[in-house]
Parts: sequence; C-alpha cells; structure tokens
Amino acid sequence: MTTARTWRWREPSILPGFGLSLGLTLAWLAAIVLIPLTALVLRPWELGVAGVWHTLTEPRVLASLRLSFGASALAALVNAPLGLLVAWVLVRYRFPGRRLLDACIDLPFALPTAVAGIALTAIYAPTGPLGGLFAKVGIKTAYSPIGVFIALLFIGLPFVVRSVQPVLQDLDREVEEAAETLGATNYQRVMQVVLPALMPALLTGSGLAFARAVGEYGSVIFIAGNMPMVSEIAPLLIVIKLEQYDYAGAAAVGLAMLGISFGALLIVNVVQSAIARRGAA
Amino acid sequence: MSKPRMFEAPGIAPLLILIAVTIMAVLIVLPLATVFIEASRHGLEGFRQALTDPDAISAIKLTLIVAAISVPLNAVFGLAAAWAITRFEFKGKTTLLALIDLPFSISPVVSGLVWVLLFGAQGWFGEWLADHNIRIIFTTTGLVLATILVTLPFVARELIPLMQDQGADEEAAAITLGAGGLTTFFAVTLPNVKWALLYGVLLCNARAMGEFGAVSVVSGHIRGVTDTLPLHIEVLYNDYNFVGAFAVATLLAGLGLVTLVIKTALEVRYAGELRATRRR
Repeated sequence: MTTARTWRWREPSILPGFGLSLGLTLAWLAAIVLIPLTALVLRPWELGVAGVWHTLTEPRVLASLRLSFGASALAALVNAPLGLLVAWVLVRYRFPGRRLLDACIDLPFALPTAVAGIALTAIYAPTGPLGGLFAKVGIKTAYSPIGVFIALLFIGLPFVVRSVQPVLQDLDREVEEAAETLGATNYQRVMQVVLPALMPALLTGSGLAFARAVGEYGSVIFIAGNMPMVSEIAPLLIVIKLEQYDYAGAAAVGLAMLGISFGALLIVNVVQSAIARRGAA
Repeated sequence: MSKPRMFEAPGIAPLLILIAVTIMAVLIVLPLATVFIEASRHGLEGFRQALTDPDAISAIKLTLIVAAISVPLNAVFGLAAAWAITRFEFKGKTTLLALIDLPFSISPVVSGLVWVLLFGAQGWFGEWLADHNIRIIFTTTGLVLATILVTLPFVARELIPLMQDQGADEEAAAITLGAGGLTTFFAVTLPNVKWALLYGVLLCNARAMGEFGAVSVVSGHIRGVTDTLPLHIEVLYNDYNFVGAFAVATLLAGLGLVTLVIKTALEVRYAGELRATRRR
C-alpha cells in the first residue's frame, strides 16, 4: 500500500492494442448483454410494484415457479449422490470401457435440448419402454411433474460429475493412508476424510445443475405435458405471456427467475465459504 | 499410479462400477439411442422423406447461416476479451469476467425474451423500427441476436484461463524485438492458443446450431422461413410426425456426437495447450 504512487486505473504495458481490444469487448458486451438485460430489469415496473406483485402471485405463475424451483432442487439433490458415485467409479477404478463412460458424461451437454426432449418423451411416455414399466405400477412419468424431474436429472448429472472428478483426482492419497495407518475403517476413511474434501466441489456441481435446471426449456417442455397449474414450468409461462403480448408480465416472470437463481447461487457461495473457514480453523 | 485402495472388500468395486454404468446407460445413453431407433422406424425411406422435405432443407440452411454469423463474431469477441483481460492490468476486471459469464446463468427463454422487449411490436424500439420498416423479431436477424447472446461466453472462457497461464512474456519479447502489434498477434499469440480457440469455436458452434429456447421465442415459427433445425423438430413432433421429427433429430444428434469426439480427441492430444481444467 504505497500512498506515494498516484492511483491509476491501469498499469502501463509495452504491449499494444489495449484500447482496441477493451473497446471491442465493452461494445460487444453492452450491445449483446447489458442493454438487453437492462430491458429485462426495467420493463416489469411499467406495471407498478403492485402490478408486478399481482403478476407473480397469479396462481398459474406461482404454480409454475414452484414447479421449476422445486423440481430443480430435487433433481440437484438426487444428482449429487449419483454424480458422486459416477465420478468415484471413473477416478478410483480401472475397468474396460472407462474412457467411453467418461466421454458419455458430456452427452447431455452435446445433445441439443430439443433432441433430448423428444427422446426422453419417447422413453417415458406410457407407450415407451420405461414409461410403460412405470405405468404398470401406476406411476405416470411423462406428462407429469415426474417427467420434468427426469429431464432435469438428465440435464444436471454432468455438472456434478465434472465438478467432483478433478478434485477427487487431486485428492492426496497420503491423507487417506494416514487415516488408515491410524486405524480408521473404510467407512470412517470415506465419511471423515474423503467426503469432507469433496463437499465444496459437490456443492458447486449441484449449484450449477440447479441453476441450469431452473431455466431449462427444450428438454422439459415435450415431456412435461404442460398442464396449467400442474406441469407448466416457469420459462413456458414467459412464452405464454409473450404470445398474449404481455411483455411486462413476461419480463416480471423472467426477472423473478433470475433473482431467485442468483439468490440460490449466493447461498451456495456463502455455505461454501463457511465450509472453507471451518476447514481452515 | 498407486493401486486403487478404496473399498477393497471383494465385490464392492464391480458392484459400484455396475451401478455407475447402469445409471449412465439408463439416464444418459438411452435417450441418444432412442433418437436413432425411433428415426429408423420407417427405414431409409422415412429418413429420405424427412430430410428432403423443402421445410427441412430450408431449416438446415437457416441453421447454417445463423451459426456462420454468430460463431465468428463471438470468436473475435473472445480473442479481444482474452487479449484485454490477460495482457493488461486494469481496474474492474472481476466485473468484466462476471459479465462475460452472465449469459450462462440466464434461461434460454429469457435470452430470447430480452430481444422481444427491445425490438418486438411493443418493445422499446418497436415503434421506431416499424416506422422505418425494419423487422428484427420473427426474422433471421432476431435468430442471430438470440444465438449470439446464448453462445457469447464459449470462446472467451476457453481462451482467458489459458492466456493467463501462458503469460505475456513471449509477446513482450516480440514487441521489444521490433515486431508490430498485428505481427505479434498472428505470429506469437494465435499459434499459442490455436487449439483452445478451436475447442471454444467447436462448443460455440454446437450450441449455436442446437439452441432451442432462445430462438423459439424470437422465431415466430414461420415454416420454411424462420424455423431452424431444432424448431423444425418441434413442428414435426407437434404434428405427430414422430419419425420425421426423430429423423431430423439424428442430424443434430450426429452433430453433437461429432463435436464430442473431436472435443475428446483435442483433450487427449493437445492437453497441454488447453486450459488446465480441460486436461485429463
């Protein structure tokens, strides 16, 4: 902290192109991200605060928000152990086909959402191979909130695996060996040494999966069946409001989704730094 | 590498492997297989019919056009952003990085919605555009804008961590030795980041061609005019033309698979020249 040096907003450099590259970057960000998002932030208030509140508390909007956030949270919660198990198997065991399995993790990223959507619907519809099985025991998978949950499970799994995998890979084996030498059982070693070390990554992965799931559209709308009050997701409500030329209402729902998502990510960050502090103490 | 030690009890490892493979097979691989199985229901003739339909051909063309405009623009943006952020020290970098990442945390539908809020009939600039007879929403321009927003971070995110790792020493040496800015960029920087650039462009392109939610909001679904491939799939599906929908879907699934194979090959072959988290 030198007070003698005058404050400047950039350090000198002998490299050229600062003005050009930063100018291009800022202009592009302004045109593509900032100005459009300003419209999203400002337009709902045309309705007034009471109007925005009225829009967001419409039973149909509330039901869709509840479904989107509920199903996303549930899918992230289920994906955490599933993703942990897959990451564990990929990192800790050697078996034929491991590389292929590893490459398959990214399939939900690689498959366009509309393609995934119609494929999942074909599988889980009452006439589909798995949907038929579930129908026999009286469970309706496609065209119900369960279908929404299944699609979000598909979309979210890679986030958890890809977050946990590198941390598990770098985990110091010596710590585990020390635990073993000190007489820890297998169970203790996993629960008290490995799992705490993976917790932040697991949380990040689930958080990312959750954030993606809340806004997910293509892979969900085919399998959801889109029944008002039952299986309508929040992004679909935006589309419906736009079709009715209710721009402000659509923007209000979009802004609410964005707000709740950021809130959730903020909570994940806070929990994470709390874990880090406890680890450091 | 030391011998795997965890869960050494006999049978545990095979059991866990079996569970993991089953999860992956049912949840992830089955949907991909389903696309090809459903598409081949009516044999090759069904394929031919679906893919030679004029609406399908126009959807293929439109998808290629939209990607051909959006991807290069975002690649140039990625290079500019990476140069500014990794080669200079200035205030506000963190905010800039957060802004670049922002499109990843926005719902695709919202990424389409924002353009309607600006340029739609009742958008901020709607009246002005109507007066000047310019149309953006329900045209290719709208599709391109929505696609650019959705794919904006892809190239920048690959380049920034890598160029940060590499540091500016080589460029500084070139400049000191009298090379011009452009020569330095093309002779030093670009060769150093070419594989990461390709990697980012690959992912950007796959997303641009496969994007559904954002383009669905701005497209207006005018058949043969503003329907990209993913939107064409939706139209066919809603018409109960399932074989047709899945036949068109095989094109996009194929694109996804090819992308995945090249991506994995790049990760294995050029591990050192991609950003750290991409190395396996």
